[in-house]
Amino acid sequence: MDIVDILLSASFWAAAVRIASPLIFATMGELICERAGILNLGIEGIMVIGAFAGWMTVYMGFGLWSGVCVAMASGMLFGLLHGTLTVPFGLSQHVVGLGITLLATSSAYYIYRLALPAVSSPPRIVPFKPFEIPVLSQIPIFGQAIFNQTPLTYLAFGVVVITAFVLYRTPLGLALRSAGDNPAAVEAQGLSVTALRMGAVIVGSGLMAVGGAFLTMSAFDSFFFEMVNGRGWICIALVVFGAWRPGKALLGALLFAAFDALQIRLQQTELGALVPYQVFLMIPYVLSILALILMSRRAEVPAALMIPYNRGER
Amino acid sequence: MRLEPVANPSIARSLGFPAAALLLSVVVASGLVLLAGANPFATLGLILKGAVGSKFAALETLNRATPLIFTGLAVAVAFRAKLWNIGAEAQFYIGALMTVVFGTSALGLPGPQPLVVMGFAAIVGGAVMLLGPVILKTRFGVDEVVTTLLLNFIVLLFISLLLEGPLKDPMGMGWPKSPRLDPDARLPRIVTGLRLHWGFALALICAGAVWVIEKRTTLGYEIRAVGQNPRAARFAGIPVNFVLVKTALLSGGLAALAGFSEVAGLKGSLTLDLSPGFGYTGIIVAMLALLHPVGVVVSAIFVAGIFVGADSMSRAANVPTYIADILLATALLLMVFAILLTRYRIVKG
Amino acid sequence: MTNKTEAQDIVLRLNGITKTFGDLIANDAISFDLRRGEVIALLGENGAGKTTLMNILFGHYTADAGTIEAFGTALPAGATGAALKAGLGMVHQHFALVNNLTVQDNIVLGTAPLWSLGIGRKAARTRIKQLSDDFGLSVDPNAKVGSLSVGERQRVEILKALYRDARILILDEPTAVLTPQESDALFDTLQKAVQLGLSVIFISHKLHEVMAISDRVIVLRHGKIVGQASTSDTSAHDLAELMVGQEIVKPVPSDASPGETLFSMHGVFAHPKGQRTGVRNINLDLRAGQILGLAGVSGNGQGVLADLLSGQTVPDRGDMRLGGQGVSSWSPRAALAADIGRIPEDRHTTGSIAEFSLTENVILERYRDPEISKAGWMRWSAAESLAKDVIDRFDVRCPGPDARIRLLSGGNMQKLILGRALEGGPRIILANQPVRGLDIGAVTYVQNRLIAARDAGAAILLISEDLDEILSLADVIRVMSDGRLSPEFARGSITPIELGKWMAGEGFDHAA
Repeated sequence: MDIVDILLSASFWAAAVRIASPLIFATMGELICERAGILNLGIEGIMVIGAFAGWMTVYMGFGLWSGVCVAMASGMLFGLLHGTLTVPFGLSQHVVGLGITLLATSSAYYIYRLALPAVSSPPRIVPFKPFEIPVLSQIPIFGQAIFNQTPLTYLAFGVVVITAFVLYRTPLGLALRSAGDNPAAVEAQGLSVTALRMGAVIVGSGLMAVGGAFLTMSAFDSFFFEMVNGRGWICIALVVFGAWRPGKALLGALLFAAFDALQIRLQQTELGALVPYQVFLMIPYVLSILALILMSRRAEVPAALMIPYNRGER
Repeated sequence: MRLEPVANPSIARSLGFPAAALLLSVVVASGLVLLAGANPFATLGLILKGAVGSKFAALETLNRATPLIFTGLAVAVAFRAKLWNIGAEAQFYIGALMTVVFGTSALGLPGPQPLVVMGFAAIVGGAVMLLGPVILKTRFGVDEVVTTLLLNFIVLLFISLLLEGPLKDPMGMGWPKSPRLDPDARLPRIVTGLRLHWGFALALICAGAVWVIEKRTTLGYEIRAVGQNPRAARFAGIPVNFVLVKTALLSGGLAALAGFSEVAGLKGSLTLDLSPGFGYTGIIVAMLALLHPVGVVVSAIFVAGIFVGADSMSRAANVPTYIADILLATALLLMVFAILLTRYRIVKG
Repeated sequence: MTNKTEAQDIVLRLNGITKTFGDLIANDAISFDLRRGEVIALLGENGAGKTTLMNILFGHYTADAGTIEAFGTALPAGATGAALKAGLGMVHQHFALVNNLTVQDNIVLGTAPLWSLGIGRKAARTRIKQLSDDFGLSVDPNAKVGSLSVGERQRVEILKALYRDARILILDEPTAVLTPQESDALFDTLQKAVQLGLSVIFISHKLHEVMAISDRVIVLRHGKIVGQASTSDTSAHDLAELMVGQEIVKPVPSDASPGETLFSMHGVFAHPKGQRTGVRNINLDLRAGQILGLAGVSGNGQGVLADLLSGQTVPDRGDMRLGGQGVSSWSPRAALAADIGRIPEDRHTTGSIAEFSLTENVILERYRDPEISKAGWMRWSAAESLAKDVIDRFDVRCPGPDARIRLLSGGNMQKLILGRALEGGPRIILANQPVRGLDIGAVTYVQNRLIAARDAGAAILLISEDLDEILSLADVIRVMSDGRLSPEFARGSITPIELGKWMAGEGFDHAA
């Protein structure tokens, strides 16, 4: 099978969209945070806790959508913690974010071990099933790729549309973007920077957690350690690559996922026999770094990103 | 709510809040122990016993603290310059790799080389590892947090590639593992019969050296200036980018020494699980030490004690070892908050 | 105030406003009323408490004591939204604008309920157009604020307030950043506002403006009201004394006797990345024993010129000469080695490191000198004696050389920076906005030291937005506009109005 065959196969594009879905959720979550001025390095851990909380809920006998809700709530909880420390108290977003990642990850692992002390192979749940959208799914190649996915994937695309709409077409979005560019201007117009930023971090973290939950409830059917495996960090790179715009970030996530799907398939070709598989696995991370180098000078970074706003500071 | 600077924080304020942060994190962890159905006091006792309860335990703690001192110093030095090196994990593995490459003849080099060469090679490897992200930061404005984080994954895959390829131990029975260092290429024990190697002493020396650099040298002054206010530093004629490069070399080198010390002092060979996150834990160590190099030694031993103690505790009680990670992550978050409270007062209005 | 109709006329009433920061009493029991259609000038030196008072009015700070009533209703403390809703509109000294957004988006920000589904851009545009016409505030609603001139940005700030139906306009040092002509246009706008029944509080420390525009003057000093009067009943002289608390002795330099040219630029072009305006075809001579005053609206390339002289940037084209010698490699260190003393524009972000001690700040530019460090080792005792020396010689009031510099007042911080720059007796001095934001005592001190340095033979480039400062201190004056430099004018040979024309960019075509 050579590259052309791969690129023309519907299953390849379906895989790309599937791989992109968790990234889309988490990238939108991070984008919302950063647009409001907060770098959320808790993303990696929040994806872990989301993956765990969603799966655990279903494993305990609740419905899949309850799982999604619980995952989201768990993310929002850590978002609340992150926001409290970084917004009103203005603590280092780097340190707090990493701390949240460590805390969320270890909490998930701890509870998992507590709940399932002696399992050798991770227990499974019945995950989301693909839902084929009539007519649209019959479009050659892309029909199957886009319109025969699980509901969570459709939700991911919906989140992009909503995020873009809110950011660019509503007063709330205007206020959020302003909070990330010049918080003093927001405060001068009688709005609370603290509330806007807190809200952004909480909602954004919720989305990150749903991204994590996609892994255990749609892409796979069980929870195992290290499963997020740097996806959160990749999403941070995707936000930069997307120049802090939802549409471009979506495109970035899809492009990135296509490369990921491609490397998995290339491993099965003659090339794969020649090149060690680790090289293929490195591709996503290397691509992320390249994307950062390519875009970092061009994009308009939110001017107040990572700068705490202290009202009436003297 | 408003934060009001405290002009001259009292000693009670400067030490009281950090102490309270540690205490509070223990309380939080105790809550989770209760959740596991265990007695927090008994669990804490078991952790303490496992960490320092016997000579063996105490030495185990110091052994575990050794790489943490190195990575903690690496993070502390970098964070002083506000260079967010989250890649100590990668630098650790590169250090370990260089140690194996120069300590065996696995790659066809005329090995084994003397320990000094191995250590030096490790330092160079780790330094170069951090140089890349720093150049990307100074040249292209790429945030080093993300690049150093992503490099951790790349380096681990690279190590895995080598361990299944050219560095594979022919006697490893298929297990991805490098050949063992020649006995001559190992760091000797400090006292014969005691399971503590010279890596620990080297770590202490490094902590002292970093302290002197920060307090007494122009480099230390430059690092602090660049970290506190790069604009003012640049205006005053401090070559900010060059200082960042020097900081990176120092930080990367220190993290790599952790890998050197683990391979040459403790394990003897390189495996994919050589580090249970020493690089990331270095961040906790450095923050708990308030970035002070001597504090790093203390906090590394504390953190190592928690890990070693939790390992032994979980074998005895039904509390997962992850309680240690939770305790330390909580301590990290509470500590940054406590540092804020030592310098600012929260006032209404 | 006893008259009932007059009482109804009161739109804003401040009653016993008090605010302290630590030991500093920023506002001490301030009370006054503002009437409909009235312009009150709030006069006071820097640090008198004007800005604090306005921040309390707008809920950015909460007062320790006192009440505010707008249109007969008490304003809740600490609520900006309530102040805006009550009809107060603020034009901030440091504009509160989002550079990445359009003018229109800046104006409508926060005016519609956050949760509504649309912004209603069309209706907003019509209304902005209407207000622009009514008040004579022309500005393109679709332009990005980041691309606007300072004067245009101020118009956006005023439109923001008017768009919210503000009945009381408060302007904080609005003319500090304007050309004299732009200031006149602003006064026209304010006249229109008053005719339409709005009230105005005009914060300033410029007496002639206060006399020109206000109905009533309230003078603040050290956080207290020290006097108030109808403008027609008072004089600029009386107000000045009230404001400062003593007869003002303005530094008056004697006539200069300029010597040789110590530094020159010839056909220099520079446009560093990230700067809105570069400099074009600069020809400049700094002569020994002479103060060259550089006037201009901020953001017209003065920053780039300062960066060139201080070694922060290099020319794209053209050459610079030090005492006749061409400059080859240029950097902050080269500039220091060439005996250039530098006072940066912003003492907080570029001039000092807040968390460093006074000692560490003093040696920032010369920690590599052999007396401060040797072979990479610091000599802290030598550094400390240098710091003590600067503290003594430049009258820096501080707890000691070990204190963090952030604990110092603006004036003392600036004296330390001045000391750092002048302590070695530099031959060339860059003084970029050396007295901005300082109280009168510190202003006089800094200016006298600069004059003394000139008399000792230094060549000084003084950059200031304050025309009065330029007119009184500079021996020769040049104006910068859109990156170009006007010819030299000797002191006393040019009027503020003429300077204003140059500042607005008129006259360059003939000159170039």
